[in-house]
Amino acid sequence: MTFRLTVSPDFTPDHLPGWYIFNTWLQKQLGEGIHLEMYNSFQAQHEAIVKDQIDLIYANPFDAAMLVRERGFLPLVKAHGLSDEAIIAVNAESPAKDVADLAPGTRVAATEDPDVRLMGMIMLEPADLTSSNIDLHLCDTYVLVAKKLLRGEADAGIFLAEAFDDLSGMIKKQLKVLVHSQIGVIQHVLMVGPRLTDRRDELRDLLLAMPSDEKGQDVLNNLGFDALINVEDEEMEFMIDLMDTLNT
Amino acid sequence: MINDMKPEDIIGDYKEVMLDLYGGIKRLCLYSEVETPYPDGKLIVSTTDTNGIITHVNQSFVEMSGYTEAELINAPHSILRHPDIPAAAFKDLWDTVLRGEKWQGFVKNLRKDGGYYWVKATVIPNIRKGQIVGYTSVRRKPSRSKVEECIKLYPTLM
Repeated sequence: MTFRLTVSPDFTPDHLPGWYIFNTWLQKQLGEGIHLEMYNSFQAQHEAIVKDQIDLIYANPFDAAMLVRERGFLPLVKAHGLSDEAIIAVNAESPAKDVADLAPGTRVAATEDPDVRLMGMIMLEPADLTSSNIDLHLCDTYVLVAKKLLRGEADAGIFLAEAFDDLSGMIKKQLKVLVHSQIGVIQHVLMVGPRLTDRRDELRDLLLAMPSDEKGQDVLNNLGFDALINVEDEEMEFMIDLMDTLNT
Repeated sequence: MINDMKPEDIIGDYKEVMLDLYGGIKRLCLYSEVETPYPDGKLIVSTTDTNGIITHVNQSFVEMSGYTEAELINAPHSILRHPDIPAAAFKDLWDTVLRGEKWQGFVKNLRKDGGYYWVKATVIPNIRKGQIVGYTSVRRKPSRSKVEECIKLYPTLM
């Protein structure tokens, strides 16, 4: 039987080869065939999950509740020292100095990344902005969000902090950060589906031991991680509850 | 464990009142008019057991409340109760979460130094294997217009 691994479509493009290297490493370690399927959209990924086609997923925290409570997934590991944070930025020439300076009707550019958009919308709330009174412009990438701000086609942009940091110096110079989230506990998690749960402990042991092995360390480097750390069931439940409080 | 507030902890002029807290607890509260603005981009997170006793706080909770983590753990969550918030609001909170539902509202919290801060609070029951095992409360920055509405509304509910 060949299992299927997928990665939340908001992965950093620079790390795409890293996921293929990881998959090759994992197949050798586990002695199983694993196909890596990268979906272009969250919708396409959701459809595959609902059809029970996924066995391992590096999941966006927004999807964790559905994966655990509806599809029987269990947490394995997360990257050490990384968390998903969001930034609200405007054109450097914008008169807005604070989120509170933005008014209903604001044109907000964002991507489809669900956890980042949720964090961004929470940071817009102090200005009484909600999904019902903003003009949302969805973009395929964060570079396109930045371009919308630079061209004056959007008044504010919601960025994954890591993606904002990766923008060129030239682009960043023309933008102004209004607020940067400091949440710290919202993070992508590698999760295992029902067909592989009987090998969960073995998988977890392999993943946790990666830094102690030269090849394993190399695979981690290609993913931009320094190590993977264990995620207990209760920690996962806590993050699901947290996301639930935010999604209100 | 919850103690009366102490004058030596209070910054600035203050008033005092004896509050009846959830669970039959009485507490002498000392409160001032000093507001601490909610920090941008942060969430204040805590969990309690089913009796409202704090079991976990994050660093933002510690910073905004003015208490140490050791003072907060095992204390009732009502350690934050400000006398300007009507009891009806907390009754509604408890009635809602005991039904297994999510509660949301705007709350003025009392700091250890007698000052206050406004939050938009969401409380969710932690349901594990069909049972409520505790509650998670997440506070975020409220809009000033909502706070102004509450400043007008809450005295009418006292």
